[in-house]
Amino acid sequence: MSEINSENNVKPEGDFKSGSNLEKVLRAGHFAFTGECGPPKGANVHHLVEKFHHLKGNVDAVNITDNQTAVVRMSSLAASHLMIDHGLEPNFQMVCRDRNRLAITSDILGAYALGIRNMLCLSGDHQSFGNHPEAKNVHDIDSMQLINLVTTMRDKEEFLNGEKIDVAPKLFVGAACNPFADPFEYRVYRLANKIAAGADFIQTQCIYNMDKFRTFMKQVVDMGLHEKCYILAGVTPMKSARMASFMGKMVPGMDVPESLINRLKGAEKGKQAEEGIKFALEQIEEFKEMKGVAGVHLMAIEWEQMVPEIAERAGMLPRPVV
Amino acid sequence: MRLSYPSNIKVIQVPCTGRVDILHLLNAIENGADGVYVAGCLEGECHYLTGNIKTRKKVNYVKKILQEIGIEPERVEMFSLSSAMGLKFAEIAREMNEKIKTLGPTPVRKKEAA
Amino acid sequence: MIVADRKSLEEILSMIKDYKNIMVLGCKGCVTVCNVGGEKEVSILASALRIARQKEGREINIDTKVIERQCDNEYVAQLKETVGNYEAVVSMACGVGPQFLSEAYREQKFYPAVNTTFFGGAVTHGIWEERCAGCGTCIIHDFDGLCPVARCAKSLLHGPCGGSSKGKCEISKETICIWDSIVSKKMEQGRLNDLLKVRAVKDWRTARDGGPRRSIREELTQ
Ligand code: SF4
Ligand code: SF4
Repeated sequence: MSEINSENNVKPEGDFKSGSNLEKVLRAGHFAFTGECGPPKGANVHHLVEKFHHLKGNVDAVNITDNQTAVVRMSSLAASHLMIDHGLEPNFQMVCRDRNRLAITSDILGAYALGIRNMLCLSGDHQSFGNHPEAKNVHDIDSMQLINLVTTMRDKEEFLNGEKIDVAPKLFVGAACNPFADPFEYRVYRLANKIAAGADFIQTQCIYNMDKFRTFMKQVVDMGLHEKCYILAGVTPMKSARMASFMGKMVPGMDVPESLINRLKGAEKGKQAEEGIKFALEQIEEFKEMKGVAGVHLMAIEWEQMVPEIAERAGMLPRPVV
Repeated sequence: MRLSYPSNIKVIQVPCTGRVDILHLLNAIENGADGVYVAGCLEGECHYLTGNIKTRKKVNYVKKILQEIGIEPERVEMFSLSSAMGLKFAEIAREMNEKIKTLGPTPVRKKEAA
Repeated sequence: MIVADRKSLEEILSMIKDYKNIMVLGCKGCVTVCNVGGEKEVSILASALRIARQKEGREINIDTKVIERQCDNEYVAQLKETVGNYEAVVSMACGVGPQFLSEAYREQKFYPAVNTTFFGGAVTHGIWEERCAGCGTCIIHDFDGLCPVARCAKSLLHGPCGGSSKGKCEISKETICIWDSIVSKKMEQGRLNDLLKVRAVKDWRTARDGGPRRSIREELTQ
């Protein structure tokens, strides 16, 4: 595209890290709302653009997943770029499973050059979950080191080896946090570690066990972590009781309480999805008030068409313009 | 006590089935036996505690090897009985003999210098 | 020790399908300890191969031998007189064995009968587990002797990842999450602070990534 020119090299205004919309929304003290979008299993741009339509204007930024669950899809970098073309702001996800430090660094430079301003650093699901379980995994560096690498590139304008970068990438850097993985007592320390590594914002794993999350957030606030970093609570509405029990049983590190499964089961025939959305809306209501929570990350997996309705009913619209 | 069991079975006595090795069983097959089985003590009644249990695993291993090279694993078996069960011994012998007969002669034949 | 598993008979049979006279060569080192390539396993393999070939009506002569260590030229040299008597040699040593043999006897053909799997030990009778990946720069002093490089499915240096559940790794309920063990131990000992730093990225040059490795001990070289 002809618009891709040196404009993308313009430094962020003021003391913004990247000046992305997400950063501005959070800085201005608004309750942020981010979405998620998985690129297609193919080069089907049409399919991708359709998903964009459901998200556009309803969220502040959209995570573009990177071979999520180790299933091969269109690259998150390319999909992020397409997203920018369609007027949405991507949160470019990158996992450490598929790239060594050379590829990671050059993709970060490329992302910035293409106008990408947010990036989420992840370890990545093990390839044994995906559709190429025979693959060799990389894991040259881990997600903690990736956060450190990209913030060093941004702040010190240096590569990992100390060499200077000619136009450094200015990205707003996020990381994931799963309060429901074990050991639970360690989770808040791991979060602290990610913040120390340089994370500007955190998006949590899908939350279902609210009791546990409240305990977790209390620890976060007691340690003052919410003052050093924006924490977005992860929400994925359940489509059915079956999905709920499947996720609870099959997805490692996912905590789905029996009470939620029963609540969905108890819903009238054909109303389980609505019940799932109701639960999500109740969660969002609580997160708005919960100390330390700066926003919600809505992962409506393969259910993007529900985003406008959820955003509306959650009172998230219109999204702030900063 | 006189018990009749098929005369084509050659009995080899061992102090405990734990003494029976994978190689003994394989060698029997290699040397042309149509089948080979181990008659061990009842589980939990091994004089050496676990000899019979270990041997069952060895027998299973041999079965696996035979399977891998396309020979009926049923040619090798393990039975549990106590030394006081003479009738049962004879019964097992006949049963095994029948089974091997249905399987037919071993496909493992040394080329005789014919 | 180095741990290995025997290859399938089918695979070994296909390697030797053209030969009528071979040697199966064991090793008294690690593969004897992990019950895959010692005296006993050599005899079993030889017998199984003979049975298979007899069944096919293509008899094969198999002699067996076990030497002290196939990874040592001194012992490999002991085969000098006999190695030429066969069409091929099947080695039951780890992957190192066939290579020392191949380098010592250019005219002979060597085949591996095992898949060399990892450096580890027996955790209980009949079960072996990996413990080290030979990364060349050991860092386990920081983790109370537990190795995340070899034992975390993602070689994370800051774990446990979000897939860690009830002490088990996300890849399977049979695999322990070594990071759970590391963290739990640190917490029990009140030394969690040891883990709360961002470690420098690892220098993989000393691992396989740096190319084949070599160890020189000047005081021993001649
Ligand atoms: S850190 Fe490296 S050398 Fe040390 S145990 Fe782990 S893999 Fe082996
Ligand atoms: S669950 Fe534990 S061992 Fe498995 S990849 Fe995650 S941190 Fe590593």
